[in-house]
Amino acid sequence: MLQRQIKYQRDADPEWGRRVASLPGCERLLACTQCGSCSGACPLSIYMDITPRRILALAREGFRDDVLRSQTIWLCSCCYACATDCPQGIHITDVMFALKREAIENGYHPRRFAIPALAEEFDRSVRSSGRTPEFWLATRMAVRSGPAALLGTLRLAWKLRRRGRLVLRPRGIQRLARFQDAMRRAKGGP
Amino acid sequence: MGATSSAKRPEGYLYYPGCALKGTGIAYEESLLALFRLLGVRLEELRDWNCCGATSYMSMDEQSSSLLAARNLGLARQMGGRDVVAPCSACYLALRKCNDYAARYPAFRDRVNGFLDSDMLPHQPAVRVRHPLELLYTEVRPERLRERAVRPWPGGPVACYYGCQAVRPYAEVDRAHNPTRMDELLQAAGVPTVDYPLKTKCCGATHAGTLHDVGLRLVTILLKEAARRGAQAMVVICPLCQLNLDAYQGEVRREEPSVPELPILYLPQALGWTLGASARSLGLQRGIAGGALLRRWFNARTEAEVHG
Repeated sequence: MLQRQIKYQRDADPEWGRRVASLPGCERLLACTQCGSCSGACPLSIYMDITPRRILALAREGFRDDVLRSQTIWLCSCCYACATDCPQGIHITDVMFALKREAIENGYHPRRFAIPALAEEFDRSVRSSGRTPEFWLATRMAVRSGPAALLGTLRLAWKLRRRGRLVLRPRGIQRLARFQDAMRRAKGGP
Repeated sequence: MGATSSAKRPEGYLYYPGCALKGTGIAYEESLLALFRLLGVRLEELRDWNCCGATSYMSMDEQSSSLLAARNLGLARQMGGRDVVAPCSACYLALRKCNDYAARYPAFRDRVNGFLDSDMLPHQPAVRVRHPLELLYTEVRPERLRERAVRPWPGGPVACYYGCQAVRPYAEVDRAHNPTRMDELLQAAGVPTVDYPLKTKCCGATHAGTLHDVGLRLVTILLKEAARRGAQAMVVICPLCQLNLDAYQGEVRREEPSVPELPILYLPQALGWTLGASARSLGLQRGIAGGALLRRWFNARTEAEVHG
């Protein structure tokens, strides 16, 4: 079975590309000159299947599936090295954030990566207490990632515990009900 | 302090600890409070603060993330709108970014204000978000640390590691490309520093927990280079950097036995020591890596050594 190695315009969804470029922080996406400074600055590009420069090119043209299926958006550690080096002032890290959200919303959860799991667990913790219980967050995430990860997390927890750096039951916020209510209303709930 | 205290605001600052400084980063809180007490700068903890909405949350749900940051700023307004000091780089950036977006995007501002109304929190006045490094450099000043340092540094030279989100993207805490303020503060206080070209290279953030091998690799690179440059410890300004460099060092050494034990200190731990704070008040017993070095450098005997 032969597969073509180049992309045709008709594979793209330009409407989606335009929509991404209109999101807060992504306005300058169309200004990209494909210089590659971002890929050079990125400490994680060596692990990426599609480098940041190519992600920008694919995203603005609307190659939605390629972008949202890529490992790149999950490997981005949000260190802002690319955004700082971009001669066109593109907030590349914010573009990556937007693409991660697009991927989560559209069900492109890469099974191999615990990163969306972290974001989901983070969300759940914050909704229930207003703060992040570090230990439980790490543990719940490790449970989802497999036994090796769980063992590693528990070993780490033990080291931290011995030095008084592990809080098992952190205090949540006091005005929790009002906070939760405000969050619900801000999201258009009842 | 007399003549040098003109830069100090009498009312002090609001202190936003964030989740890490009450847990894995407790030594950062302990040492920061001890240092500021010694410097006579008042820090008052923000009442009923909530999670800052940092990085991983932004990936999931930008809207909730920004509302979390906004609530903290609303609480700060309620307490008089003093500057908010956020020591965790991720917290600092989340709060700083919320201010920036509210100024740049009207739709964002409206959503935030609507949320603040539901939570009965004020929209005004504007609250400035500060990082302790910037505060120490611009308001306390290196000269004051030089005057106030009473103890010799008992350890070897240190590598200053600035990490990412404190200096990027806003570059208000220090320059984005070649930050030097931490080095300047430490040198003024008598702590020798080495040139460390990886000072702003990413520590991997939460990757050590999610993409373990990738995260570990980044940590290994940072530790190896610090040792190669002659550092015997590293100094950091973020609890996640500290955790990554400190807690995974044993694992790094299993793969790279050449990496020596490097204690990972918080900036206020190192500065607080030179200003005469006790090892315990600075949380210096809480480090995982280089425990023997920490005990050799910071103990009852070295605590008693004071400049003549």
